Amino acid sequence: MGALLEVKGLKVGYGGIEAVRGLDFSVPEGTIVTMIGANGAGKSSTLLALSGIVKARSGSILFAGREILGLRPDRIVGLGLVQVPEGRAILSPLSVAENLDLGAWTRKDKKAVAADLEKVYGLFPRLAERSKQTAGSLSGGEQQMLAIGRALLASPRLLLLDEPSMGLAPLLVASIFTTIKAIARSGTTVLLVEQNARQALKIADRGIVLSHGKLLLEGSGSELLENKVVLEAFLGKEGG
Amino acid sequence: MDLSLLTDPVFLAQNIVDGLSRGALYGVFAMGFTLIFGVLDIVNLAHAATFMWCAFVGWLVMAVGGLPLPIGLVAATLAGSLLGVGLEFLAFRPIRKEGADRLSSMISSIGASLIMVSIAEAVFGVSTRRFPSKVLDPRPFFIGGTGGLRISRAQILILVASTLLMIVLGWFIRKTRTGKAIRAVSASTKASLLLGINVNGVIVRTFVIAGGLAGMAGVLVALLTNYISPPMGSTVELRGLAVIILGGMGNMEGAILAGFLLGLVETFTIAYVPGGSDIKDAIAFLVLFFILLVKPEGLLGKKKADRA
Ligand SMILES: Nc1ncnc2c1ncn2[C@@H]1O[C@H](COP(=O)(O)OP(=O)(O)OP(=O)(O)O)[C@@H](O)[C@H]1O
Ligand SMILES: [Mg+2]
Repeated sequence: MGALLEVKGLKVGYGGIEAVRGLDFSVPEGTIVTMIGANGAGKSSTLLALSGIVKARSGSILFAGREILGLRPDRIVGLGLVQVPEGRAILSPLSVAENLDLGAWTRKDKKAVAADLEKVYGLFPRLAERSKQTAGSLSGGEQQMLAIGRALLASPRLLLLDEPSMGLAPLLVASIFTTIKAIARSGTTVLLVEQNARQALKIADRGIVLSHGKLLLEGSGSELLENKVVLEAFLGKEGG
Repeated sequence: MDLSLLTDPVFLAQNIVDGLSRGALYGVFAMGFTLIFGVLDIVNLAHAATFMWCAFVGWLVMAVGGLPLPIGLVAATLAGSLLGVGLEFLAFRPIRKEGADRLSSMISSIGASLIMVSIAEAVFGVSTRRFPSKVLDPRPFFIGGTGGLRISRAQILILVASTLLMIVLGWFIRKTRTGKAIRAVSASTKASLLLGINVNGVIVRTFVIAGGLAGMAGVLVALLTNYISPPMGSTVELRGLAVIILGGMGNMEGAILAGFLLGLVETFTIAYVPGGSDIKDAIAFLVLFFILLVKPEGLLGKKKADRA
């Protein structure tokens, strides 16, 4: 299948800091691509540039064949590129239901939204139980479910997830990865940034490794799981 | 003072009426203030200058143009919205860059305020303007005959208008698409962008609403106090600021509640404390201070986890 996302020569910086320094990669339609890299490698900066939250300095971002670099963030969401950012960015004073409702902000097809809401509640029954509660009163795991559920309501073609397992207990981490797999199986392409390199690569079709704002390695998920550099740098301390 | 006043129920009722109408004004003024604070995380220090200019627009339409009160109110509201949008494009948006310091926006709004007040002084001079009595009959109604409860048309208008505004705005912010977007942006700009909300568009709409509220407040205050003059914004501004802090920054219901509270405290200080009119500000701010000591996040404020 063709590439849904094609990034070429992407550069992102903050003042004098160059966070991403000429990055090329692509995400084929219908796959899960996992991006790993040390702290500060430029993973979040890349995702924020894809969403238009941070302005890229140069390069090209083709999404479904269309140049989106320089587009307004709301337009990018409207095209189907949706992100759950690091730290989740839920709207804590608003209720769970209101958060989910805002997830479908760019959509006009009310009936399809209602059906998707049922699916999200099916995927995360906890959210249904707590729909009237303020989002800020949810536990960390529930907030992550809310953030993912809310992103799904935008009906994404490409879902960007920035460290969805951060701060979650091991059992929850496993269930988040299962959910991500299910999301991909239902037809949404996923670009996943993770610190839990082993589990993230296990569910991935392809993996890319970032180092100092550049592409260090890429390959299939299983290739990277056995790669010496990856083993030493990212999988060393994890057991099994 | 006359000690018998302490037990006089008519006098008590009178002060409640006066205090509530004074408080309603602070509330209307502060609603716009707090809306802007919600979406931008800054205090728009040109809100009071907008308010003053709109009072003059109302005066021009009604006193000079001879048009009736409803038209004057509408004109002032539109003028306020227009000024609000002008402020957004001239004073706020140009300096709102990624990671820009909020202080620079506040300073920019102070600059805008100074310019607006100076122009008003140049155009209207410093003398006080008043509405002619044909705009609104200044004679009060008496409930229970002369010596009974006195309530003016301006007070009735203010109490009715502010109650309606609060209800309509409360509905608007909860139920309409724009209202929901305003709440989302108030909670988190970054999250709103990622939801696909056009944040700059929401900010413009917020300025339309907040400016319109400042406009209405301008005419209503001018009617109640019968005082229109370029510096009229500064006294209300300080109270508006106190009210939004007391209410819980960015919290509209809180601002309204705090507005009434401040209005009542001021009125009761004047009525029951010897020399009250000289020390009413001191007492009011002392009350504010003690409330914040107990509840630093304000009356209805929430401790914010993330405003990212
Ligand atoms: N808003 C910002 N202002 C200035 N520098 C920033 C900003 N955001 C990120 N950086 C810098 O850019 C570089 C890349 O950061 P980025 O957040 O993209 O890394 P990351 O790979 O996501 O790291 P982590 O695994 O810790 O989340 C770092 O050196 C960081 O300090
Ligand atoms: Mg990161």
